[in-house]
Amino acid sequence: MSLPDLQKLVKLGKNFSRKEVKCLMRLFHDLVGEQHERRAVSSLDRGKFMNILHNTFRMTDDMMMGRVFCAFDKDNDGYICLEEWIGGLSVFLRGSLDEKIEFCFNVYDWNGDGSISWGEMFQMLKSSLVKQPTEEDPDEGIKDLVDITLKKMDHDHDGMLSFADFEKSVREEHLLLEAFGSCLPDPKAIIAFEGQTFLNASEI
Amino acid sequence: MGVALTRAAQWTTAGFGTGKLEITPLNESILQEIIAFVENFSSKHPKESSLVFKEPLQWTTTLEPSRFGSGYEVSKLSVTSVETDKDGRPLLRLSASNIEVLSFSQLSTILRVAQDKKLREVQACLEANRDPVAKILGASYATVDGEDYSVLRLLEKVKQDDDANHDAEFEMKVFLLIQQLDMQLMNNSLKQISQEVRLSPATVKNEVELLESFCGEEQEAVLKSVEYTSDYEFSNGCRAPPWRQVHGEICYLKIKPHDTDTLYVTCSTAGVFLNGGVDEEKEKTDYERKSEVYKDLVNLLKQRSSHFAQNIVKQDFAVYKEPLSARQQVDPVDAEEEGQTQRSGDHQTKRAHEKTLQPTSQKMTSSKKKLEPSLKWKTLGLPAQSEQSDLKEQSENGKRRKTGKDDTETEKTDKKLPSPKSKKRANFPPSPLHAKHSGQISKISGVWTEEFSESSSESEEDEDQLDRRQESSTDLPSEYWQIQKLVKYLKGGNQTATVIALCSMRDFNLAQETCQLAIRDVGGLEVLINLLDTDEIKCKIGSLKILKEISRNSQIRRAIAGFGGLQMMVNILDSPEKKLKCLAAETIANVAKFRRARRTVRKHGGIKRLVGLLDCVPSDSANLTPEQEKDIEVARCGALALWSCSKSTRNKEAIRKAGGIPLLARLLKSPHENMLIPVVGTLQECASEQSYRTAIQSEKMIEDLVKNLSRDNQELQMHCASAIFKCAEEKETRELVRQFDGLKPLVTLLSMSENKQLLAAATGAIWKCSISLENVAKFQEYKAIDLLVGLLTDQPEEVLVNVVGALGECAQEQSNRAIIRKCGGIQPLVSLLTGTNQALLINVTKAVGACAIDPENMTIIDRMDGLRLLWSLFKNPNPDVQASAAWAICPCIENSKDAGEVVRSFVGGLELIVNLLKSDNKEVLASVCAAIAKIAKDEENLAVITDHGVVAMLAKLTKTTDDKLRRYLAEAIGNCCMWGSNRMSFGETGAVAPLVHYLKSSDTMVHQATSVALFQLSKDANNCITMHENGAVKLLLSLVGSTDEVLQEAAAGCVANIRRLALANEKARYG
Repeated sequence: MSLPDLQKLVKLGKNFSRKEVKCLMRLFHDLVGEQHERRAVSSLDRGKFMNILHNTFRMTDDMMMGRVFCAFDKDNDGYICLEEWIGGLSVFLRGSLDEKIEFCFNVYDWNGDGSISWGEMFQMLKSSLVKQPTEEDPDEGIKDLVDITLKKMDHDHDGMLSFADFEKSVREEHLLLEAFGSCLPDPKAIIAFEGQTFLNASEI
Repeated sequence: MGVALTRAAQWTTAGFGTGKLEITPLNESILQEIIAFVENFSSKHPKESSLVFKEPLQWTTTLEPSRFGSGYEVSKLSVTSVETDKDGRPLLRLSASNIEVLSFSQLSTILRVAQDKKLREVQACLEANRDPVAKILGASYATVDGEDYSVLRLLEKVKQDDDANHDAEFEMKVFLLIQQLDMQLMNNSLKQISQEVRLSPATVKNEVELLESFCGEEQEAVLKSVEYTSDYEFSNGCRAPPWRQVHGEICYLKIKPHDTDTLYVTCSTAGVFLNGGVDEEKEKTDYERKSEVYKDLVNLLKQRSSHFAQNIVKQDFAVYKEPLSARQQVDPVDAEEEGQTQRSGDHQTKRAHEKTLQPTSQKMTSSKKKLEPSLKWKTLGLPAQSEQSDLKEQSENGKRRKTGKDDTETEKTDKKLPSPKSKKRANFPPSPLHAKHSGQISKISGVWTEEFSESSSESEEDEDQLDRRQESSTDLPSEYWQIQKLVKYLKGGNQTATVIALCSMRDFNLAQETCQLAIRDVGGLEVLINLLDTDEIKCKIGSLKILKEISRNSQIRRAIAGFGGLQMMVNILDSPEKKLKCLAAETIANVAKFRRARRTVRKHGGIKRLVGLLDCVPSDSANLTPEQEKDIEVARCGALALWSCSKSTRNKEAIRKAGGIPLLARLLKSPHENMLIPVVGTLQECASEQSYRTAIQSEKMIEDLVKNLSRDNQELQMHCASAIFKCAEEKETRELVRQFDGLKPLVTLLSMSENKQLLAAATGAIWKCSISLENVAKFQEYKAIDLLVGLLTDQPEEVLVNVVGALGECAQEQSNRAIIRKCGGIQPLVSLLTGTNQALLINVTKAVGACAIDPENMTIIDRMDGLRLLWSLFKNPNPDVQASAAWAICPCIENSKDAGEVVRSFVGGLELIVNLLKSDNKEVLASVCAAIAKIAKDEENLAVITDHGVVAMLAKLTKTTDDKLRRYLAEAIGNCCMWGSNRMSFGETGAVAPLVHYLKSSDTMVHQATSVALFQLSKDANNCITMHENGAVKLLLSLVGSTDEVLQEAAAGCVANIRRLALANEKARYG
């Protein structure tokens, strides 16, 4: 890999050290199954990436993993290239609150229209409640939950969450960062992953 | 058929021309019957089926030409039947999806060919041919309302062409068959229609009125507004224009829901549906139906507005909980409503139910005050609900197992959720009887468990406080239901739903008792506590944030401790997540306000862990990393928790053993007040223990405490002063306070007359510090005495005790006694003698006694009858008060000019004081002896007390080994010898021999008083013998060499008396 390319990657993964970026690069190539670093055109497909999310970061929700994939896949080509890998992990593992807010918002904004609509929320919260056999409408609770969320987070009362709404809410209450589903790895998984990946950072 | 189609079939467009048949159950059944009729026509009536229609039935078909088989000429796009009519027209012709049919036989062929599309074809056919009979038999048979002469006309025709035309006969038969079908259809649809809801203007009006009453801008209201598009009401109750009334339309509404656009609704007899709306500009209404037909407005709105559905449901829910009695209080509108719905038939019960519910639920919100949910409801309603949640759990278990790790949290919760039994217990509001029981139990256990030696300073929460539930008499606020719903989501939700519910719950005013108790009463506490046992950090944080707030309520505290919340929180203290540690410690700080909780914390190793939290970098160092700042916050929370815990003696010990003192000393150097307050709070709480007082001194904390006295935070100042107050019991501490210039800030605090707690702590510190005379000099310099005297009036007793105590100490100094007088302090002091507070009386008597040493003060005291007031304190049951009063009396008698007479004037006064010699308290005995010594100086009084048997009582006390008592006892004996045969009596009662042994004491003051007494006693010969026998001479001789002149003289006098007796004896014997 040429030096300018590496520079670019180091810049992308701004929360990582240069050595750590190299480790992540190596991991990426290992994952892609591409031994020759020079042919770096290869990328991770959706399935492989979801596998990593599931096995390494212990995410379980298929829907959310799909959304996380989309958030990583900035150019929407269905593949995670090296740049997307480094840039995404920088936020995913070590992002500041601001970065994480943006990341989570992108995850939750399905159609990328800059706001999370009622329907999107409903979709994401659909499986969050145990259905009551006694209730007439099994979605009643979900609808109510969406309304509760809107009431709490929709500061401009336009019936949907704009980025500003989301950001304000999360700043007020950090717990709302992952309001619509777990899309960031838990601290233990981060420690495990970093421990494994950066183990021989010094060797590189 | 014609009549049935025009009348019964439901056409979408009310207008004429081609319309569309809707897919409704009614239409479908009509179509099915027509299909059956046509299909069987050719087989049942073969001749009639070949009758050629007057005009072809034409419609647009979806049938493929290829479907037609033999008997047809099939090309790519068209089909023609081989059969033709007389004129050679083919009986069936299909080209480019347009089909023309001329006979029933062809129609039945089509249906056969169409197979599954039959319905569609018949529908298309009928839509295109609104009056098929007219086409089949000719225009003269067109369906007309009113009298129908077509049959007669047909009969005539048959007669006319009797022989020639057979067709007419067939026509006749076909016509009759069709009429028959029509009849059949009408009958069937009548049956159906009779089951349908038909709305009347009155029902619609009622429903609109009802909804109007629910409208409003606020969120609770179901709708924003409902209004008619027309204000004019016809006499029949309709508002629709007459040309629309013919289509059954009653009125048009404009409804504004909270969450969607304005809805334009048509109310017709068949039901309600959305119409095309009103064009404001052109004032035109689009009457076209735009939605399904709903049986009433509520159903329509439920579908169209989720906000409406949600709120209506909520109100239904609320009302289901309503006791029957409340239901019966329906107002006239309701009654009308009920009656009306009953009229409309049984099958409508559901709707009727809804309708009757709404008015009541509205009453729920608007006039809750009237409704009193009975206790019966409580016991019936909640268990049912808990069963429900059990069910839910089961299903939850079943469901969750399948999914992966994400759910371990919920599973755990399930496991941890209390068993149905305990749950029921939690959900049942205990009867007062229950509450009483538990109160008693805790009381008993309180007696059993030892350990509760609490520090005296603390104000303990009342352990027996009765559990106040929201009893039947109180109203259930709307928050109650909302919280109940949230708790439901907490129970049945995954992590995401749980977090949302937790965050939403925090939006309630958790400082308000109704919300706190609501959370408990709907079983929320168990869930919140169970969340603490999951692996989900976010759930734990959310839960603790709520627990932290609501644990400010003492009932909630008890409940949290009862559900084992403290153990969980103690465990969380080990978490690596700092935010969690903070919240857990803060919650512990709130919960551990009663002793059972404090003990629980200790028993689960909480103290050690909390002390561990205190370990952080010194917070005054600059350039802290964010992590270090978090550590400091953790330490602060730890200190808060320790502060609460430190109110139990055992915990104080545990903190010390866990190494908490050096850590507290380090935190005491913090520049932040929010850190210092809990730290100093803990220290001042612990300073009740000797070990802490020594440690505070040796860890050099006095300097920091003194430093913080000057901070601009009254709470902090208060705790610092309070710590000094307790620590200044030690002499070294008093010195240290002075050395670090702590006295001046203390005096400055005396001006904080608003903050009584601060004032009490500051005056307390001054009191204890003024025990050292060097400090008194400093206080004099800072003019503390003026300030203290100023505080003698209009202060709470906590302050007064300390102020008077301080004045008492200061008055030990000669010059201060005058200062007190000059400041006008004597009068208020003397008037305080009438109080009842024991601690205050002890200090007041001491201060008055000290002041009485100054003769000028004494005149004021005399004037205020101070001596009598002091004397009356002998009746006080508290021995400390008695002793203190007796001590104060001594200088009074000494300095008062006519004290003897005054004392005699107290009725029963002398008897009272003599009887105090029966006390068990050494201090009382010593002080009373001292007082008697003064009293005995007046001869008349001596005579009185002798009569009261003072001699025997004093003699009885002589066996004591207490030097203080010995001294005053000897003094009293010495003075009492002055009267009558008292000297002899002392000898007879055996008081002399013990007195001689007093001379062996190491206390010189005892020596002095004893030798004076012995000198007096030695004036009696028998006493001299006793003294001699007990070896007094040798002891006295050594005392003659003392530097104390009084002692010298008395000892010498005594020896002289003994010697004189011996000489006289010798003289008598040998002389």
